[in-house]
Amino acid sequence: MSSVLAPARVRVAEAVADFESAPFVSVSQSSSAIHAACLAVGVVLGGVFVQSEVASWYRIQEMFRFQSLHLYGVIGVAVAVAFVSMRLLRWAGWAEPASAKAWTGLGTRYWVGGVLFGIGWALVGACPGPLFALLGVNPSVGLVGIAGALLGTWSYAAARPRLPH
Amino acid sequence: MHDAPLPWYVAGLLLGLVVPILHLLGRRSFGISANFRHLCAALPLPARARPSFLRYDWRAHDRWNLALALGIVLGGLLSVVVWGLPDAGAHVSEATHSSLAALGVREATGFLPSEVFHGPKGWALILGGSFLVGFGARYAGGCTSGHAITGLAHGQAPSLVAVIAFFAGGLLATHFLLPLLLR
Repeated sequence: MSSVLAPARVRVAEAVADFESAPFVSVSQSSSAIHAACLAVGVVLGGVFVQSEVASWYRIQEMFRFQSLHLYGVIGVAVAVAFVSMRLLRWAGWAEPASAKAWTGLGTRYWVGGVLFGIGWALVGACPGPLFALLGVNPSVGLVGIAGALLGTWSYAAARPRLPH
Repeated sequence: MHDAPLPWYVAGLLLGLVVPILHLLGRRSFGISANFRHLCAALPLPARARPSFLRYDWRAHDRWNLALALGIVLGGLLSVVVWGLPDAGAHVSEATHSSLAALGVREATGFLPSEVFHGPKGWALILGGSFLVGFGARYAGGCTSGHAITGLAHGQAPSLVAVIAFFAGGLLATHFLLPLLLR
């Protein structure tokens, strides 16, 4: 692996590679029962995205104009519940502390990628989860939205070697 | 039908519980935008049009996440069949109605304004916006679920930076870009 003497560029490349591959290593068993359970989790998520109006362009506008606490409440409670329940799982010995995400240099990928994502989020009025939910609500908007997101993902994949991370 | 959306505390509770549930289902990490990468990797593209970032064994490791995304599509549809579509346009605050009226959006009904999202300009807005969502999420290594919910709940500093950047981008687009684009 990377030694202290390795050129900085190589170490950065390795760190980025580690970060990208990490999610695939941590996944353990895989079976149809697990997939069915994940499908069920998705069904609940889709219902929540639509019925709480998280998937609505109007709600996203309202949030970015600070005109209601609705979406701040949704995200705030979600983070708090996730934080407390993961703490409980760790306390029970069913989870280990999460390994830190890779941070290289100025963390360009988080700043630049994050701003680009935020611009898209406000324009289309949906982030990835709600974009999938829209497929079931307004198929034409959902299809064009998913197609755009796939084009964006493919373009990132193609440009990745030349982008600063 | 609907007088109000599902309350924020119920929605937040259900969204937050997904993180420990997926952890218990084999240490899976909640992150929806990774599915765009899996879908790109699954596309039958010729080798020349397949960057190395899209060459990995998604069949072996990531079908659970695609199942989750499929569930989201079905769940959204099912909830509309059972409870109907909430009228988000009517439910947003008065302040939002006046802000949007100033942009020329007079009829706030449904999930998104048909006045804005129609014709070539409307489709270009959806395509361009979702392009940036897909590009930015992969560049930043996560979206609202992976960074804002999972990452913040794990106390990840990079996720906090990403979430601040999400908001910076959203504010920029809402207050400067949209008024120009909707003129």
